[in-house]
Amino acid sequence: MAAQIKFSDVTLGYDRHPAVHHLDGEVASGALLAVIGPNGAGKSTLFRGLVGILKPLAGSIATGGLDVKDIAYLPQTVDIDRSFPISVYDFVGTGLWRSTGFFGGMGKGAREKIAHALAAVGLNGFENRPIGTLSGGQMQRMLFARVLLQDARLIVLDEPFNAIDARTSADLLDLVRRWHAEKRTVLAALHDMELVRANFPETLLLARGPVAWGSTAEVLTAENLLEARRMCEAFDDSAPACAVDDLPSRAA
Amino acid sequence: MIYDALIAPFTEFEFMRRALAAVIALALGGAPIGVFLMLRRMSLVGDAMAHAILPGAAIGFLLSGLNLFAMTTGGLIAGFTVAILAGMVSRSTGLKEDASLATFYLVSLALGVTIVSIKGTNIDLLHVLFGNILAMDDPTLLVIASNATITLLVLAVIYRPLVIESVDPLFLRTVSRAGAPSHLAFLALVVINLVNGFQALGTLLAVGLMILPAGIARFWSRDITGMICIAVASAILSGYAGLVLSFETKVPSGPAIILTAAVLYVGSVLFGSVGGLFRQMFPGRHLEA
Repeated sequence: MAAQIKFSDVTLGYDRHPAVHHLDGEVASGALLAVIGPNGAGKSTLFRGLVGILKPLAGSIATGGLDVKDIAYLPQTVDIDRSFPISVYDFVGTGLWRSTGFFGGMGKGAREKIAHALAAVGLNGFENRPIGTLSGGQMQRMLFARVLLQDARLIVLDEPFNAIDARTSADLLDLVRRWHAEKRTVLAALHDMELVRANFPETLLLARGPVAWGSTAEVLTAENLLEARRMCEAFDDSAPACAVDDLPSRAA
Repeated sequence: MIYDALIAPFTEFEFMRRALAAVIALALGGAPIGVFLMLRRMSLVGDAMAHAILPGAAIGFLLSGLNLFAMTTGGLIAGFTVAILAGMVSRSTGLKEDASLATFYLVSLALGVTIVSIKGTNIDLLHVLFGNILAMDDPTLLVIASNATITLLVLAVIYRPLVIESVDPLFLRTVSRAGAPSHLAFLALVVINLVNGFQALGTLLAVGLMILPAGIARFWSRDITGMICIAVASAILSGYAGLVLSFETKVPSGPAIILTAAVLYVGSVLFGSVGGLFRQMFPGRHLEA
């Protein structure tokens, strides 16, 4: 399988402090990869770098020629203005941006797609509800419907099942499996080890640097998890510049 | 009797007809902008911008008299200068954007009043500060109408990204690069409409015909299309009723228009169907499901 994503010695961070440190590796096209690690391990930062919101401090991320429109990103702290007067239908419809853009009309085909997406996440009957009236779980269903419509080659989900009840996460997990079956590349940041073991063939255990990366059974061992937990979360303000960054080839 | 009060002023006096045309054009352009200002929590930014563009408009005014085209150009330049300077200062120093904007608009306002009072007469200053909708000549009316037209056309172009950026800015950033340009285009529309309101309402009240109708609309509609329609309608209604009030009572026209809008606003706060006080006090029995 060809590589969809290639991390080449990527360091991502804020204010020169690394949150993801020297990550190397490849994600195969069509992979279903869980990214796990303690809070502050750099999972969200990695995703932000991947979708292009955050510029790497060093190194590079290649996405195999994917356009921004080929990437669907579901952030963790969704900064959606829930008081904005927009209906669930219209909101989910923005997922069709790729085909409609600024002006493209919403034809019969588009309306059917939206209806299907809403049905797929179990939100039939919610079409005309303002988004502000949805519960947390319904909100997450709606966001999944939008990802569904984005029809992206690469899908990046940042802790999609947090604060979501068992039934809703089971429903949404079905969608993730469906995307995997459709040969899309899916990355998800997760905390539920059981869920990862049961559904994700491949896992990256991150603790600022990569602790382990490979098949889920090999990565989720007691030693690896212990090592990940030892990571120090706080930035050291007096830390010297990272020596690995000063390789002669770059110093010029 | 009713005819005399409500219709006769407009059939008898040309300046009243011109004023009414101007106010309708202002309402068509300004009210939708006001709705977006409100939904993006920028109502007070609109007010600050109205002050910020004064020096530019004043220079335009001094160079070519009450020529709205010159005033618009000057206003656009001043408005963008202030917006960009404030943005740069807050980005490079960590000062909050509203604090730096407040500083810059106050400086800008002081500069504007200085320019007008050194170079012009007191009459000019009063004119710029409070406007005079009853003195519309043909060119001015044309500029107001074309500004309103431009506003509606540009708004149609940037409508979709603007809505998405207001609801979910991060999403727009991940699917398109249209966010920043449409935000800038929107700011330009704000400035254009503020300058547009100068002649009619003056710098101090120009923002009123944008913000008050938006506030009214919030109490009557839950969706953005409905809000825009109600905002435009209530802006036109306030404009018309304000002109009548001003004609009958000698209240200056600009304040009369805004005060009428304020009456509608109070009525909406009390009786509005979406979140109005009466609705909250007597919500009716709760539903079954």
